[in-house]
Amino acid sequence: MKFRVYRYNPDTDPKPRMVDYEIKTPPGMMLREALLEIKRQDEGFAFRHSCGEGVCGSDGMNVNGKNRLACITLVAGLKEPVEVRPFPGRPVIRDLVVDMSQFYEQYRNVQPYLVRKDPLPEAEILQSPADRDKLDGLYECILCGCCSTSCPSFWWNPDKFHGPAALLQAWRFLADSRDQATDERLDALEGPYKLFRCHTIMSCVEVCPKGLNPTRAIGHIKELMLAKGL
Amino acid sequence: MTIPRRHFDALIIGAGGAGLNAARRLAGADLRVAVVSKVFPTRSHTVAAQGGVNAALANVLPDNWHWHMFDTVKGSDYLGDQDAIEYMCREAIPTVYELEHAGVPFSRLDTGKIYQRAFGGMSQNFGGEQAARTCAAADRTGHAILHALYQQNLRARTHFFDEFFAIDLLRDDEGYCLGALVLEIETGEPLVIESKTTLIATGGYGQVFRTTTNAYINTGDGMAMALRAGVPLQDMEFYQFHPTGVAGKGMLITEGARGEGGYLINVRGERFMERYAPRALDLASRDVVSRAIASEVREGRGCGEHGDHVLLKLDHLGKDVVGRRLPGIRDICRTFLGLDPAEEPIPVFPTAHYAMGGIPTDRFGRVVAPARHGPEEVVPGLYAAGECACVSVHGANRLGGNSLLDILVFGRAAGTDMLQYLRENPNHRPLPDAALDQAAGRLARWDRKGDGESIATIKAELRKLMEDHCSVFRTREVMAEGLAKLKALRERIEGARLKDHSRTFNTARIEALELDNLMDVGMATLCSALYREESRGAHSRIDFPKRNDAEWMKHSLYQRDGDRMDFKPVRTKPLTVDSFPPKERVY
Repeated sequence: MKFRVYRYNPDTDPKPRMVDYEIKTPPGMMLREALLEIKRQDEGFAFRHSCGEGVCGSDGMNVNGKNRLACITLVAGLKEPVEVRPFPGRPVIRDLVVDMSQFYEQYRNVQPYLVRKDPLPEAEILQSPADRDKLDGLYECILCGCCSTSCPSFWWNPDKFHGPAALLQAWRFLADSRDQATDERLDALEGPYKLFRCHTIMSCVEVCPKGLNPTRAIGHIKELMLAKGL
Repeated sequence: MTIPRRHFDALIIGAGGAGLNAARRLAGADLRVAVVSKVFPTRSHTVAAQGGVNAALANVLPDNWHWHMFDTVKGSDYLGDQDAIEYMCREAIPTVYELEHAGVPFSRLDTGKIYQRAFGGMSQNFGGEQAARTCAAADRTGHAILHALYQQNLRARTHFFDEFFAIDLLRDDEGYCLGALVLEIETGEPLVIESKTTLIATGGYGQVFRTTTNAYINTGDGMAMALRAGVPLQDMEFYQFHPTGVAGKGMLITEGARGEGGYLINVRGERFMERYAPRALDLASRDVVSRAIASEVREGRGCGEHGDHVLLKLDHLGKDVVGRRLPGIRDICRTFLGLDPAEEPIPVFPTAHYAMGGIPTDRFGRVVAPARHGPEEVVPGLYAAGECACVSVHGANRLGGNSLLDILVFGRAAGTDMLQYLRENPNHRPLPDAALDQAAGRLARWDRKGDGESIATIKAELRKLMEDHCSVFRTREVMAEGLAKLKALRERIEGARLKDHSRTFNTARIEALELDNLMDVGMATLCSALYREESRGAHSRIDFPKRNDAEWMKHSLYQRDGDRMDFKPVRTKPLTVDSFPPKERVY
């Protein structure tokens, strides 16, 4: 199959270029393996990857215009030449490697940890299966960044808008029956940007490789804010 | 060139469960903690752990830590150190509660308590009925734990050096560990991190085998650093092959799949575990199940076109159990095999998974090595925890659900002991320039230009060699041939060259440094496996098929200098209870 890959090494290249590769693609081949084959031909090719099964979240990239995880993307279904580019809207460090620091900063901004104010019991904090079910579809996020880097609102305001990944985690803790910081969390999301820059474009839902729905989570946060406001 | 220096109270190398649980302990005590990780912390391989973490909470069935201890000692084929095992099984209970308080979204029972499932090698009442001891967050327990620990470290304002690669440890003439030389991957610039204490928590080295459940990053970096710093590696012959990796591909299918009621069949549709483990069946210890599968295939009862695997049947469990309890497994099967495990069986084969051996430590996480006064002298300032360490709680074979437990308990224990050490050693010791020479040399070596073999070629040969010569069943003949080839390959690495010498995010350079590490741990594994002339736990010698307690109930130690083998005794005395003497091991 034919692949057209974004290449840029700031140490040697005056500007980025697209390079064509022809790769033998046995049945069942994932895009990550095709990229490793390119790396065997040219060791200077750089991309992040690790677990190879879609749980570590390292190898997010833009494939034929859509953000995906290379390790769980079958090459067989892709239109040729397969165009592989770094995530849009992020500064490129080299080839497919982008600077994700603003993405991580927005994650940190939502205080993504359980806050408990009551004294801790000597055993577990009890939680009903029904309350635990509310975390399904939220806690599975792997922080790959596919969603936030395909969100036009995040492209425009990555410094002010938390973006879908961080907001999904904001809801993950608001939805947790064990968490005791609801008011602080909601107060921290006020203002025109952090939460309300989401315009329900739903690119995040379309690209999430884990099938999660940040738009719905954002909707739940807005509903909770309204309910608290009344 | 002067290399910039930073100063910390504690340096933690590796940001998986062990490193992050230690960091959390230390940062919570207001110390200056640096965590160095070659990947962003939530990419660490703890994230891929599926089935759960063992603790005798007794939420589902009666249980206590002493039964857990018995199972772990028996599972270890009596090579585990019983003081450390007692400590781990006692600590398991508060450790899991602490994790729950930290936010881990464990699955729940109707009582609101943590869900616990059946896992291999787990019994009630010292070898009786199957126990339910493995605390689970669906089949994504590692992910749930790693993210919660990272989150709590953010809260504690731990200092993270993300995408920094550790080159080598720094030691002074008196043997103190003074930190490490690291490389910032993005800029390609070296940095010295001086630290009063250093914890190695770099995980495993499954990448030394061709087919593995391990991630690309699992290259034994910390173990090899320890070797180069003069510390031996312990029990490296004991490498676990997980019974159920996806055949030919390697993705892990959790033991929880069998814990939820799945079972294995051969080409005749026989439930063959009945012949190998009449009582425990598919939930026998991992070494037993892996040997059973390998034997079925060797004896011509394998499935598929080439008869090279067996099948794991889950379809009788129904869509609801598969969807609720094993959603990650369902995703893996759909993605990589195009099948739904609620409808079709999964092709599986034993796959390289976990190192029981590693950097020798005591139960406080302190690295111990042979020195003037005996085989277990503490290396001051140096700690290790998690898969890279050998406490030894797993002995010759680890039980499922005990590895998340090990990293959490001993990560925390190391953090606690580091606090104590820092109280007694409050000042930085001077770092002599000479202490940097070896580390800087290792980095400079890959700057050599010119023609030479590629890293990829040597790495591929190494992985094939280890798979062919050091797998589930072993003989002297096959391993000796492997060792000769491995020594030749080690010579060839000298002639290897990088083509790409650029600085910015040079992954080829990182892979070269990783290859050095893989070569060192591969050599340790093969030398240790050839040395041990008995069958125990995961180490199965066809030429020495029996366990031999009289001669071999001892830990092996591999020294890099001269590929020397040595040994030390097993600690059979627990902390407070009676010791479990060796018995024949049947399931």
